[in-house]
Amino acid sequence: MSTVTWITARGLFGRRRFLMLLPLPAVLVGLAVLCRSLGVDPAEWGPPVLVGLGLAVVLPVVSLVVGTGVLGAEIDDGTVVHVLTKPLPRWQIVLPKLAVATGVSAATIAVPIVVAGVLADSVRLGVALAAASALGALAYSALFLALSLVTRRPVLLGLVYVLIWEGLLGRFVSGTKVLSVQQWVIALADRLAPTDLLTGAVSVPVAAVLTALVAVGFTALAIDRLRSFSVAGETS
Amino acid sequence: MTTLSAEATAPAVTTSTLALAGVSRWYGNVVAVNDVSMRLGPGVTGLLGPNGAGKTTLLHMMAGFLAPSRGTVTLDGEPTWRNPPVYRRLGLVSEREAVHTFLTAYEFVLASAKLHRLPDPAAAARRAIALVELEGAQDRRIGTYSKGMRQRARVAAALVHDPQVLLLDEPFNGMDPRQRLHMMTLLHSLGDAGRTILFSSHILEEVEQVSGTVQVMVAGRLAASGDFRTIRRLMTNRPHVFAVRSTDDRALAVALMAEPSVTGVELDRTGLTVKAGDYGAFTRALPKVALARGVRVRQLLPEDESLESVFSYLLEG
Repeated sequence: MSTVTWITARGLFGRRRFLMLLPLPAVLVGLAVLCRSLGVDPAEWGPPVLVGLGLAVVLPVVSLVVGTGVLGAEIDDGTVVHVLTKPLPRWQIVLPKLAVATGVSAATIAVPIVVAGVLADSVRLGVALAAASALGALAYSALFLALSLVTRRPVLLGLVYVLIWEGLLGRFVSGTKVLSVQQWVIALADRLAPTDLLTGAVSVPVAAVLTALVAVGFTALAIDRLRSFSVAGETS
Repeated sequence: MTTLSAEATAPAVTTSTLALAGVSRWYGNVVAVNDVSMRLGPGVTGLLGPNGAGKTTLLHMMAGFLAPSRGTVTLDGEPTWRNPPVYRRLGLVSEREAVHTFLTAYEFVLASAKLHRLPDPAAAARRAIALVELEGAQDRRIGTYSKGMRQRARVAAALVHDPQVLLLDEPFNGMDPRQRLHMMTLLHSLGDAGRTILFSSHILEEVEQVSGTVQVMVAGRLAASGDFRTIRRLMTNRPHVFAVRSTDDRALAVALMAEPSVTGVELDRTGLTVKAGDYGAFTRALPKVALARGVRVRQLLPEDESLESVFSYLLEG
């Protein structure tokens, strides 16, 4: 494990902010178990719980907390300077942090989404949702990591994207769905395990290509921004 | 202390020069650093100036954490901005008290050593921790440290790769006198061993005790640079202004005019404003003069003794 990975992981799990990740997945599992035990038809509860809660809320929010935390928290408290005063090419700082963010987010969403998918339909759906969510976590993490370098308010901007763009506009303006990580995840999961529970708004090739583009593009942006990282001018 | 002098007196193989040429930095309409040029070679240099003079901005540009708006900052000819390889030869201790509080000092310094890809990171970490005398607390979480101890942990991390150039922003802030003395000794020995050390401070006495050469910054400009004693003399020889109130201001004014240390006296309704060329001589002479004339001094207030005014005097001169 690289030293950057180690420090990033220690920083992530060492902060209280990490505890914010636990309630949402628990709610997801709880709702799925409740619906199943009450004998509600999966066609009724599947879409709102799996998509409405799992893919539209738990996945982006977990990715937002983790993705803005791996670098943003260090920028906020100034400890990033310790990593930056090393003769490391900046990609060797960004890539391990992206890996930690993606891994932690994917693992956090995987457990509840597999459970909910199995309860709603089949093991295949559960695994497909987890796999597609992992790709979604990669795209989200790259986006939020880059955001923490281009703005001082990455969490706010990330929330605007998730809530306004994906959540609100996605519902009324169909065109915005093309640029929605959430829709790509739905399309990919539906391709891996076709069911009536998921209805994708974008085609699978478009979803795959855009996921890759966002992941690569925002990672490249983050590396470039980190090269020109300026310490804010506190006059003293 | 024995390990420290043994480490530090070992001759440094190479020396480095940090050069600033016509460096300016502005934020919108505000000029933080204005056309500064200097060359820093081996030894300890103090960067002195009042708060807000642009010291931190200058240090950040030196350390590659800020792009100069104009001019160049180079370390042995290579720019420090957007050039991570310079950190093989450069160490920075920033002013902001930023440490990974969840790590122990040993883990923290060891992580630095590993990030530098040193051949034996554990040995380098132990050596750096010994240099700052933090062995006793090295296995405690940094979160439990005092401000001075955190500062030493940060210095150890910055020294772990034995850089030729070490930049420290207000390193004595928050240190107790013993820690301060130790840090001064450490900087001295590093400078004597051929390292280029630059530290900033807004406290005259700190600079006096550590460094022979100083760069004085005032309002973003380099106001003076060179040997500390010369600059100190300029500072002490400047006119000092005192507000004096007594039982008989007029008689006292006449008597004071005869004193060689006094260069001017002004009399108004509130009392006397005395200008003295020599601080010590005037304050010694005043009681004698007053006593001889039977005048009682009610108030003696040195006016405008703030560092800012001292520095701006230098700037004018």
